[in-house]
This record gives sequence, C-alpha cells and structure tokens, in this order.
Amino acid sequence: MNVHQRSRRRKAAFILTPILLLFIVFYGLSYGSVPISFQQIWAVFTSADSQPVNEKIIMNLRLPRVLIGLLVGACLAAAGALLQGVMKNPLADPGIIGVSAGGGLAAITAMILFPQLSYLLPMLAFLGAFITALVIYLLAWDKGASPLKIILAGVAINALLGAVTNGIMVIYSDRVQAVLPWLAGGLSGRSWYHLGFMAPYALIGLALTVFAVKPANLLLLGDDSAKLLGQKVELQRFLLIVLSALLAGTAVSVAGLIGFVGLVVPHAFRLLIGDDYRFLLPLSILGGAALVVLADTIARTWFDPIELPVGILLAALGAPFFLYLLKKRRLM
Amino acid sequence: MRAIETKQISLDVGMFQLKDVNISIPAGKITAIVGPNGSGKSTLLKVLTRLVRPDHGEVYILDRLSRSFTSLEFARTVSMLTQSKSALPDLTVRELITFGRSPHKRMFVRMNEEDEEAVEWAMQATGTKRLEHRMFHTLSGGEQQKARIAMALAQKTGIILLDEPTTFLDIAHQLDVMEMLQKINLEYRMTIVMVLHDLQQAAHYCHYLLAMKNGKLVTSGEPRHVIHADFLKQVYQINARVSFEDEYPIIIPMKTLPH
Repeated sequence: MNVHQRSRRRKAAFILTPILLLFIVFYGLSYGSVPISFQQIWAVFTSADSQPVNEKIIMNLRLPRVLIGLLVGACLAAAGALLQGVMKNPLADPGIIGVSAGGGLAAITAMILFPQLSYLLPMLAFLGAFITALVIYLLAWDKGASPLKIILAGVAINALLGAVTNGIMVIYSDRVQAVLPWLAGGLSGRSWYHLGFMAPYALIGLALTVFAVKPANLLLLGDDSAKLLGQKVELQRFLLIVLSALLAGTAVSVAGLIGFVGLVVPHAFRLLIGDDYRFLLPLSILGGAALVVLADTIARTWFDPIELPVGILLAALGAPFFLYLLKKRRLM
Repeated sequence: MRAIETKQISLDVGMFQLKDVNISIPAGKITAIVGPNGSGKSTLLKVLTRLVRPDHGEVYILDRLSRSFTSLEFARTVSMLTQSKSALPDLTVRELITFGRSPHKRMFVRMNEEDEEAVEWAMQATGTKRLEHRMFHTLSGGEQQKARIAMALAQKTGIILLDEPTTFLDIAHQLDVMEMLQKINLEYRMTIVMVLHDLQQAAHYCHYLLAMKNGKLVTSGEPRHVIHADFLKQVYQINARVSFEDEYPIIIPMKTLPH
C-alpha cells in the first residue's frame, strides 16, 4: 500500500462507511415479520399521518433494538481496536481473550444472586471485564507482553470463567430461566429500558476514545520509543485497558456474550487503511455499529420463524476470520 | 561542560550488570562506548535515557539530576535511537519523523510552524527529505536507519544517544551514517553518544571513547591515546597490532588470548 492508495482508501472509507451505516439502520427498521417501507418509516419519524401499527412496531420494538445494536457494535469494535494496540496483539478481541467473559460472569452472578441490582449491571460487567483484562495482562507480562502469551493466557482465563459461569448456572438452575435470553448473546426483547441503563456508559466510553488516539498511536512505535518520546507508557496502557473494559463491559451487560465484532471490524479496517488510530478508531466505531445491526436484522428475519441470537451468527462469521488471521500471521 | 555524568551507577539485571560506573561525557562532542558483547554498553545507554532505573547511583544531565526531569522535559533534552528491530506500523517517513515532536505537544494541539520547521530540519540534516512520502517499510536498511535518526533529531534535544546505529548496515551505509552524524555534530554542536562495535570507526569519527568490560568502565579518553595493543588485550582479550595512518587507526587482530 503506498501513500496515495492509502489516502484514497481513507477518504473512501470515511464517505462509504456512514452511508452504509445509514442504509443498514433503515434496513433494520424496515425488515421483520411486518415489513415497513422506507416511506412509512419516514412518516413515523416525521409523524405525518403514519399508521398507528407501524408506529408501535417501530417505536416500541425496532428502534430501541437498532439503537442498542448500534451502541453494542460501536463499543465492541472500539474495545477490540484498543485492546489490540495495548496488548500489541492483532488478535486481541474482548470475546476471545476472556474480557467479555469476565464481564459476563460478573453480570450473571449479579442477575442470579442479586436480581435487585440489575440497574448496576453495566458497572458490574465493567468491573468484571476490567479485572479480567488486568489479570491476563499481568499473566502474560515478562519484560513486555508477547502476543502469543496474551492469547494463551486469555484463552485459559476464558475457559476458566466459562466454567465458573456454567457452575453458577447449574447450582442455581431454578433461576436460570431469567438469564437465558441474555446468555445467548443477542438483542432479542431488548427495549428502551435496556437502552436507558447502558447508553450513558456507552456514550461516555465512546467519547473517551478521543483521548485514546494519541497514546494508542505512540504505543504502536513500541514501549521504549514511546517512553523516549516522553510518554508515561505504563500509566497510559493501564488507562487504555480501563477504557476497553468499560466499553466491552457495557456491551456485555445488555447484549450478553457477543464475540468477534472487536476482532473482525478493526482488522478489516487495518487491512484497508492502516494502523493509524486517528482513522482506525472512528471507522471501527461506525463499522462495528453497522455490523451488529446488520447481523441482528439478518438473524431475526432470515431464519423465520426462529429468531437466531445475533451472537451465534457473528461467531459463525468471525471464527473462520480468526483462523484466517492465525494462518496469515503464521501463528498456527 | 558535561553533557552527561554518572555517579556510582550499579544495576543487576541478571545477564547484564553495571558496577559502580562513573562516567563523564563531554558536551558538543561525539563519544563512543565500546566493549565486548555483554559488557553492559546498551544497559548503560538505557540507564542514561531513563529506560531502566539503576539500583544505585545517580545520573546527571547537563548538571541536573536526571530523575528530577518530568517525562516530557527529559524527552526534550535527551533523545535516543534504540536498537530495536520491531516492526513499525504503516507510516510514511514524514509521519514517523513527526512523532519526534510529541514531547513538545499537548494532547490536541496541532502542528505549528516550529514543529514543521523541526521536521524539515531533521529531514534535511539526515538527507531523508526526498523520502518523506515513502512508506517506511519500503525503505532500505540504511534509509530506515536515517529516518529513525531523523525522528530522534526532530525532538530537538541537545543530546542524542544511539545504540549500534551501524550494526546491520553494509560498509558504505555505515560510513554514510557516520558521516551524517559527524556533520550534525559539527553544524549543530549536538552531543552525540553511541555504542559502536567497530573500533576503527570509533577512533575515526569520535572525539572521546569509553570502554566497558564486565559492567565496569575500563578506560576513557581520546581514541588515539586509548586504542593500542594493550587496550585490546585488556578489553577484548585479543592480540592485535595497532598502527595509525593519518589519524585513522589500523587494527589488525592476530589471535584470541586464553581467559
């Protein structure tokens, strides 16, 4: 990729990604057991003589679900992009290395044991995700964290957290029913209530990524180089981990365990426009939002009458991509 | 005036050690640090640039206690070319060099005229101007090294340390880089300190020489006066003949000595 190609691709990505996102949002609002045309959707929002049925479907069902999908996708992709930089590992994804599982375990524990705390779910999921990220990083650390060690430590932690989660579910099998829809990793049945409790965390987290751009870029040069340029590398890395955990934990708290968005989206953009976080982060946020809404719409319409959890669809898409990356990086 | 001074530096990091190292590096000169592999040269450089904290002892930069600098202040005073061969992200040469301005920038402040000038100057001084829009990873080894040196220069420090700047280059590019550093020292009175393996180059291009062995400073002084047969026996444990041809030392290694 030479410099002209790169600047052309950056421009194209910044024009096309938002347009694509807009189309996908309309697609998500329009498709379902009752198809609603673009004009009718328009009518609902401008409240020019729209049909009450359409208005109910859009406002009560599809709109909150699409909005949650947007935020979940944006958070997961941003968390993935940041974790990849912080952990110096292009394969880091909150779902693969156990950060999401940490948030998930915290959330499940709260839902089953302290159901009255449900309004604190994003906070608890954040704490779970944060502690997990920190443990993985410390386990992999030996005068620098090697990419392979992070993946290995992360996979092991992921398995451990999965076991504990399953254990809790078996022990409290009488209460699992309430948790199941969440556990499958999807947006089914999510409403304004869910949007209300996750949106503040998501928006704060996404806004804070503005501060992550410069340190993330400097970390790309390597720890020593960043230090020699006057950066407090350890502190910055710690703060970036906190931010990734906030983003991943927020997504997990409302959508359950959705993997691979944080891997696939930033990586696709890396291949396309390079590693520079000034471009990578905003594009990943838009792209992640688009991918989750698109996948969720497909998952709930294409397999009618079954509504597939979006997490399953994304895993089916993401796992082969992960294998492809392992092959390409000669890690396998 | 001393650019860098150390008092009783000690450090134990397993394989490499420093034991009570007292050095004094003259300002505005080119200083070479030489010594056998594992003698602590690179470790010393890392201590001087605060990448590694010594167990004991103090470092002074321009007569000021090194640890009393803030991170950004330090990066505006001392820059360093590391040995690392780690893969850099997809960057143009200009983008890489621009990173050298980070110590002068607050978070969201854009590049100002002073920054642009510093970047231009660094490119001129290293002859990398014509490469500015090339992608870094498409450059040859010598060009990459110059671009990395340009990044360190763009920091606009008075002191620059280089860890084996010529090691992976062929002979022509080695001389090219050394001449460039010599020119930078002459024209801008920069203090240059580098770890070198080639004693002939050290003697030819450097005003001052420090020799390390087993984590200790063995000797220091002007290369002409330091490099002789006994020196090679003592530091490298080899028998060698040393003669001078117009200021340029000719070192002919003969045989290793039993330890």
